[in-house]
Amino acid sequence: MKTLADLKKIREKAQEDMKLRGGNVRIKIVVGMGTSGIAMGAREVMKTFLEEIAARNLTDVLVTQTGEKGLSSMEPVVDLIEEGKPKVTYGNMNPDKVKKSGG
Amino acid sequence: MAAVTQEQNRLYERLAEVIEEKKDLRNPLIEILRIAQEIFGYLPIEVQEFIAEKMNIPASKIYGVVTFYNFFSMKPRGKYTLNVCTGTACFVKGAPRLIQMLSEELGVGMGETTQDGRFTLSAVRCVGACSLAPVFVIGEDTFGRIDAKDKIKEILSRYE
Amino acid sequence: MSLKRIDLLICCGSGCVSAGSLKIKERFHEVLAEHNITSEVNIIETGCMGPCDYGPVMVIYPEGIFYKKVTVDDVAEIVSEHFVKGRPVSRLMLHDEEKAIAAQKDVPFYQKQVKVALENCGYIDPESLDEYIATGGYEALGTVLTEMKPQDVIDLIKESGLRGRGGGGFPTHIKWQMVHDNKADEKYIICNGDEGDPGAFMDRSLLEGDPHRILEGMMIAAYAMGATNGFFYIRAEYPLAIKRIKMAIEQAKEVGLMGKDIFGSGFCFDAEVRTGAGAFVCGEEMALIHSIEGMRGNPTPKLHILLCRSWGKPTVVNNVETIGNIPTIFRKGAEWFSSMGTEKSKGTKVFALTGDIKNTGLVEVPMGITLRELIFDVGGGMIGNHKFKAVQLGGPSGGCLTVDHLDTGVDYESSKNAVP
Repeated sequence: MKTLADLKKIREKAQEDMKLRGGNVRIKIVVGMGTSGIAMGAREVMKTFLEEIAARNLTDVLVTQTGEKGLSSMEPVVDLIEEGKPKVTYGNMNPDKVKKSGG
Repeated sequence: MAAVTQEQNRLYERLAEVIEEKKDLRNPLIEILRIAQEIFGYLPIEVQEFIAEKMNIPASKIYGVVTFYNFFSMKPRGKYTLNVCTGTACFVKGAPRLIQMLSEELGVGMGETTQDGRFTLSAVRCVGACSLAPVFVIGEDTFGRIDAKDKIKEILSRYE
Repeated sequence: MSLKRIDLLICCGSGCVSAGSLKIKERFHEVLAEHNITSEVNIIETGCMGPCDYGPVMVIYPEGIFYKKVTVDDVAEIVSEHFVKGRPVSRLMLHDEEKAIAAQKDVPFYQKQVKVALENCGYIDPESLDEYIATGGYEALGTVLTEMKPQDVIDLIKESGLRGRGGGGFPTHIKWQMVHDNKADEKYIICNGDEGDPGAFMDRSLLEGDPHRILEGMMIAAYAMGATNGFFYIRAEYPLAIKRIKMAIEQAKEVGLMGKDIFGSGFCFDAEVRTGAGAFVCGEEMALIHSIEGMRGNPTPKLHILLCRSWGKPTVVNNVETIGNIPTIFRKGAEWFSSMGTEKSKGTKVFALTGDIKNTGLVEVPMGITLRELIFDVGGGMIGNHKFKAVQLGGPSGGCLTVDHLDTGVDYESSKNAVP
């Protein structure tokens, strides 16, 4: 490391590894992981989100989870919260839909 | 007897190596004494004289340093040294009672070593774990809020 | 490819470790493996989070949920409920009049605190250079070395109003200026980690919880006065602090943040750790220097009242917390720093709360906050709501204050005047 630019490079990479602890988050994806959500495959949906985000190198997207959302008939349910925009709720999610929703 | 001497020689050889490695550092005496105490368990006069000769400094200076710092001991110590914190916070939270309980449990007084050579009971100034007072330390392990003999028994049983 | 979705920060400060946090960490590894979600969770050992009385404590991100007094038996529930199903375990949260407080930032203990020196303590992995850099670490050093002259550095510290945190409250820039102005072929800086005042564990927590900060601060100070060698004098009773500082030095050397020609500026610096061997008096500057020189730690008179010498060379001795403030002052500016505190005591002060107080632990508050706020708001008041009688402030040279002094500010001037 010889310049401030070198330091900046390391910092950006390191911040990416620490993004769960706050920092620059543009989109938050909240997966409903209540009993019925899990029964309908919410874990698979969440895993696919994680994989797709990593594969597409999206550094400002965060995946988190919540309990039962009360929309049992539509499980798995996913909220997509983008800063400054209204929340969008997706129902009947599956790994295929996750892959298509990215981009 | 021969085996004992051989073992002793090995320890002195190790010490000589340490001195050789460290002696060109800036004023390494305290560091060397620390390692010497790790090797021998304590710092008898013979060890101090050995260091004096190797480092070419007066034995009196070494004696002065050894007796100044309470980390150094000229008496043999047990396998584990049990340091009871006697800082103010621990003192008001019952360090004297803790010392009494430990002393009864081990059957030795302050500064003494148990007959089986396992523990030396010793006091130390504040270890900075005041929020857990009263505290004692064995090696790098800190034990806090010790208020009953059962706890002491259980902890001591972990050190063989 | 990172599939992590949870950062689990387990406090591994001395308090929580002796309350069992390492065993809890092991248990998490087991249970995560049972649920087959090891790849989704980062387990991070942090330095002291502060509320030692609630130990072992932990914080779980991204939600920032704070759990207290966690036992090995609670781990399975945390994983299956919180990590798998997204339902935080409310019985492990702090409760305020029956209401659970989920987020760390809402815990009253933290609310009046302002963290400068403790900024990263309990938030990053102290053994990771990358995490320190992620929080802006070493940026101040880089800027100082490449854009500022030593005198500018001293002037900025003067402007910030930083004073020694060891207790004396001596203006830091005057010490630096003395050594800066003294011509010598070699100069030294010593970080005084021989904390030994009763009840004090501020320096210990800083060295353990954010070692790179102390290293960075020391190098900025060294550059300002022209020192090329630094010594950390740390008590033998603080083995973890010694280990962490040694590790930080190795890591910094490895990437060229310490050693020769740092940031291509021509500035060279090397540091080593010297272990104290147990003598309270060694916190005194000259005694400490003699101890580092390998002699009996006897205090001796100085030739000049302010200027210390080790090996006959001009030497600055700065306290751990003082040094810990430096990187942030350069990152956020002198004005920002001096906007906190009182007219003469700027910035914040770290306190170790201990005794019959509800929230024992480590706190950082703005200078000048009253003892009442410190003891009752941050500290939660007396255990069992007993009547407050007295508090000892500072070390043996400090004093005991009674209920009449509760509205005294905690800053150098007020506390000095209050102590009988």
